[in-house]
Amino acid sequence: MKILTVNFLTCAVKACKTSPLSFPLHFRDAELEQSDIGYNPSFLRNILPRVDWEALKVTATELGFTTVPSEKPNLDPAPSNTDLPAPETAMETSEPDVADEKVMRDLHTLLLETEVREGKMVCGNCGHEYKIKEGIANFLLPSHLGR
Amino acid sequence: MLPTPSTSHVDPNRIYEPAEDSYLLLDTLSSTNETNFLKHHFGQSGTQSRNAPTPSPIVLEVGTGSGVILAFVTANAEAIFGRPDVLALGTDVNNFACQATKQTVLQTCEGFARDMPSGLRRSPSESTGLLLATLGADLASPIRGGMIDVLIFNPPYVPSAGVPDIKGNTLDSEPAPDDAKSRAESYERDSRLLALSYEGGVDGMEVINRLLEQLPQVLNRDKGVAYILLCQQNRPEETMQRIYNWVGDWYVEVVGRSGNVAGWEKLCIIRIWKG
Repeated sequence: MKILTVNFLTCAVKACKTSPLSFPLHFRDAELEQSDIGYNPSFLRNILPRVDWEALKVTATELGFTTVPSEKPNLDPAPSNTDLPAPETAMETSEPDVADEKVMRDLHTLLLETEVREGKMVCGNCGHEYKIKEGIANFLLPSHLGR
Repeated sequence: MLPTPSTSHVDPNRIYEPAEDSYLLLDTLSSTNETNFLKHHFGQSGTQSRNAPTPSPIVLEVGTGSGVILAFVTANAEAIFGRPDVLALGTDVNNFACQATKQTVLQTCEGFARDMPSGLRRSPSESTGLLLATLGADLASPIRGGMIDVLIFNPPYVPSAGVPDIKGNTLDSEPAPDDAKSRAESYERDSRLLALSYEGGVDGMEVINRLLEQLPQVLNRDKGVAYILLCQQNRPEETMQRIYNWVGDWYVEVVGRSGNVAGWEKLCIIRIWKG
């Protein structure tokens, strides 16, 4: 299960859906493994608009990743790019900032290359633990928590 | 025609194997009509600056079984959505299916990238979509609201006396000790797993109705799309009429049909979408 996944998940218990505490789920005892996915900046640029940044920061901190910037990288080109093409902005896009590249590569590693193999995810509202075994999280609820 | 993913690693004793319904979904999703619709709906708009990111579509298949459909859509993302950068998620109540789906998707995407003409060859992350996870889950129950752009469901649609219980079961795939009692238990479990993949309760609609209830919540509120397979006994016209009456701007249309009218399984695929 890739780390990015948890940004799209919430507690499976119906009553928790309306609680802000049910997102993001919190990793406990997570065993991570790295897979090798070719770095593809354009894919990453299209993924970032889908990411809830505050939740990602919580997840990253819990897993010990310290390089996530406090603000989501701004990938929208400045309006001047299309309205008034200025030579300076053209220079910027052809030679990307080295720091940005580093940020993007770290995000690539965290979001797309890091997998959770074993561990659990815990709901901050009801405390239910969802186990992860061999990379597959189990969201089936015991009968007393029902559908 | 796009190639069908290999599922030779799938154990037919405990996981639903690709069948007529699966192939109808593959044919429909790759039909000119649907690829044009999806490209228009999720494509990278030509009017925007090339630098502007356009959010990657998130595809969820509910009840993946062998994973043949999710693998097909993920590997062929560029042909179907006009863009390779699709994020794929799958759920199934059967842990064996979750494991099998992961393998099917990963090997199909790797094979797809490897088999491209050498001049076009790119890494899998540049030429196919990306599998985020397969999850053991009842329908879309752990998915955050509004996150899914495209939901695909080949449901248990066969009318039956009831729907097997999914509680406390299925995710425990530890091999049992090999004695007569545990062999009988694992046979019973496998039969139940297979029954879960096709027994749909009254009119075959019990599981489909539960998914339809979750749909407006789980789909992207502006442009979510769902593809659901139905059989004639599900009375698709009634289901479609109900969807027309949902609150909000929902549309529904039959976008695929099995040709075999004489067969007992007359199947159709409906597309539900937010206009």
